Amino acid sequence: MTRRLLQAVAVIWAAFTLSFVILYLLPGDAALNRLGAAEGGITATPAEVAAVRAEYGLDDPLVVQYGKRLWAATHGDFGKSVMTGDDATGLVFDALPSTLEIAAAGLVLAVLFGGGLAVLGTYTRHRWLGNLLLSLPPLGVSLPQFWVGLVLIQIFSFQLRLLPALGTDGFAALILPGITIGLPTGAIIGQVLAKSLRTQLAEPYVEIVLAKGASRARVHFGHALRNAALPALTLVGVVAGNLLAGTVVTETLFSRDGIGRLTAFAVNSQDIPVVQAVIVLSAFFFVTINLVVDLIYPLLDPRLAGRVTRKAVAAGA
Amino acid sequence: MSALLEIRDLAVSYHTRTGVVRAVRSASLTVESGQIVAVVGESGSGKSTTAHAAIGLLPRGGRIEAGAVRFDGRDLTRLGEKQWRSVRGAGIALVPQDPTVSLDPVKRVGEQVAEVLLIHGLATRRTAPELAVALLGRAGIAEAAARARQYPHELSGGLRQRVLIAIALAGEPRLIIADEPTSALDVTVQREILDHLAHLAAESGTAVLLITHDLGIAADRASHVVVMSEGEVVEQGPTAAVLDAPTQPYTRALLAAAPSLAREPLRPRREPGPEVLVEVKGLRKTFTLGRNRTGPREVRAVDDVSFTLTRGRTLALVGESGSGKTTTARMVVGLEAPTAGTVTFDGHELSTMGDSRLRALRRRFQLVYQNPYASLNPRFSVEEVVTEPLRAFKVDSRAGRRARAAELLDQVALPVSTLARKPAELSGGQRQRVAIARALALRPDLVVCDEPVSALDVSVQAQILELLVRLQSEHGLTYLFITHDLAVVREIADQVLVMRHGRAVESGQADRVLAAPAHPYTAELLAAIPGADRVPLG
Repeated sequence: MTRRLLQAVAVIWAAFTLSFVILYLLPGDAALNRLGAAEGGITATPAEVAAVRAEYGLDDPLVVQYGKRLWAATHGDFGKSVMTGDDATGLVFDALPSTLEIAAAGLVLAVLFGGGLAVLGTYTRHRWLGNLLLSLPPLGVSLPQFWVGLVLIQIFSFQLRLLPALGTDGFAALILPGITIGLPTGAIIGQVLAKSLRTQLAEPYVEIVLAKGASRARVHFGHALRNAALPALTLVGVVAGNLLAGTVVTETLFSRDGIGRLTAFAVNSQDIPVVQAVIVLSAFFFVTINLVVDLIYPLLDPRLAGRVTRKAVAAGA
Repeated sequence: MSALLEIRDLAVSYHTRTGVVRAVRSASLTVESGQIVAVVGESGSGKSTTAHAAIGLLPRGGRIEAGAVRFDGRDLTRLGEKQWRSVRGAGIALVPQDPTVSLDPVKRVGEQVAEVLLIHGLATRRTAPELAVALLGRAGIAEAAARARQYPHELSGGLRQRVLIAIALAGEPRLIIADEPTSALDVTVQREILDHLAHLAAESGTAVLLITHDLGIAADRASHVVVMSEGEVVEQGPTAAVLDAPTQPYTRALLAAAPSLAREPLRPRREPGPEVLVEVKGLRKTFTLGRNRTGPREVRAVDDVSFTLTRGRTLALVGESGSGKTTTARMVVGLEAPTAGTVTFDGHELSTMGDSRLRALRRRFQLVYQNPYASLNPRFSVEEVVTEPLRAFKVDSRAGRRARAAELLDQVALPVSTLARKPAELSGGQRQRVAIARALALRPDLVVCDEPVSALDVSVQAQILELLVRLQSEHGLTYLFITHDLAVVREIADQVLVMRHGRAVESGQADRVLAAPAHPYTAELLAAIPGADRVPLG
């Protein structure tokens, strides 16, 4: 476990460093952007530019900048937003709840939708129905998210006028973005779980359960599902970790405030402190979720108790 | 007594994408209450399909085309899914072939036994765990209460099979179908399990339909024998009548081929010769398996093993799984470096030898593996497989190699037309012949055979053993023969080395070891050979 924690810290550090390097390689000058935004496009004097540079420490050597920022970052301080002058960490945490809402809604819908399809598709006795249900996930995976969102808005907001198309307020505003995220994500989960379930149902131990006189429901829910859950759980961990940073399209589409839009805006204006805060926070979520997933593994599969590594799961799957 | 299970003119087909396979054409048999009936046959005989039809668990695509399966007066072929559920477990139970894959890996074994009780309402959630422990105890598991809380992967194969027997007994069935219940287990474990199963069946008056490829097991355990071949019952009757006076040629052939019933060595045994080919002294191998609190955890796979093998002789290395016999053989051919001790091949000591000299020496010893399905590259044609060693050592021209391949196939009695085929198109026996041809390609002195026949049907086993003996005489080969099966030893070995837990417990001339074993473990192994009662040892 200590090793896993160290790995987690290393991942976050790597995310910070990589983002630092890449952002500095981007063309453009943050100081000029700042002045352009502040002065409404009026050309700034070299003295003003130099002042801004000094204020943000942009004229230090790269290594010094990196060291200073890393040290501050470990204290939760990513500096002030170049564009607004607000504390970058504060901006990110302000945007977080709204994004967590749709990410959580999306994930819950994804698990329900993907899991439900996989379980029903493998459980049904009617072969045509099974084939139909199990052909949905590959279809869902191939749908672009923005297209799903647009269609949903068109139908439920403009045609039926049931749900709001825009905004961040209230539960109703959560439904369409949740579905937009949940549909393609659920499709991936469904695909993996269905394949895993089919493999498990062909295992010899299933024959023994049937020979005990068990019903198909008992075989499915009492035995096969738990055995099949492991690969699907791994996937849920990865998907959930990605959701936080992967809401750009949905937030833009539904005009929601949130991390995704904040990121897009910050990247466009080269607002390095904000971008870094977002990247490190995403890495933190990703790593935390996967640590939790690793802790769940041995509860699902006793063979993994005592050697909780992704490798062991991969080898077993 | 009325018939408990009556199968009449059963026909079963498998409907697959490539067509219809008629697995069982016409099978009829009866099992009376409390009887043990053995169904004997080779792979593809339809014996397992017949058994699975009787419990309504045919694999995907399997369909009963004709005939009746009557159990306790009911025709099972007409049952719906719900009615089947009341028969399975409580009326007919199943003990499967491979205990290592037949338990749910994520549930405690006690739970898996208790499940039967809960399904059939024989216990409540409160009483089931205790009854499950009692059942595990009845199945011969010591400290059953502690075992019940363990997971399948924490138990040995033998213990897992006992758990499966406890599962089968839990519903107090009137018939247990045991499908090759011990073929994945060591012989001594096999005997304990079969003894126990027979004892429990007798105690509770449960009938057993025992599916087996081993006539020896049938001879030991069953009161009646049903012989199946190519989907049909060729002969059946009381065990003594069928085995002592078989009326059908197929039964006679099967009897003659069964190694466990073999009476004679395939050629006269030879005393050690004058020319020492392999000399092994004080061989040890220690494997490190991770670390624990006290330091590295070590396992002694081979512990102080010595033997001498002279040219033209066969030394059988005998032991059960984990005895270190395969590791020993791997060190003999330089595939594994010994932790201590020496291996001398024809005067050259392997451990002090550089890689290039070892490689040159490798031409002179070859390996034949246990599983002919895994040891041949499926993408190669048979010609490529057989000539691979020649290409590796750059022997001969292309045309020369082609001629040599044809010659080799002739030696292992395969038609030359086989050269162009892929391993997947061949049967298990044919593949093992190809593997032997490959081993002979470089005209080696020593051939190490690692369980070369244990994956094959008995009649095929006999043919391969005869082939190996003939090739030995023709080419003056020396064999190091690894096997768990003392019955095979009786047929082919000159000298025997019996291994247990990495140590050599007994060695000597085959006749002496088989007739008058000095070590109790050897005696135990000999007694465990199925059918031993019917054949004088030695």
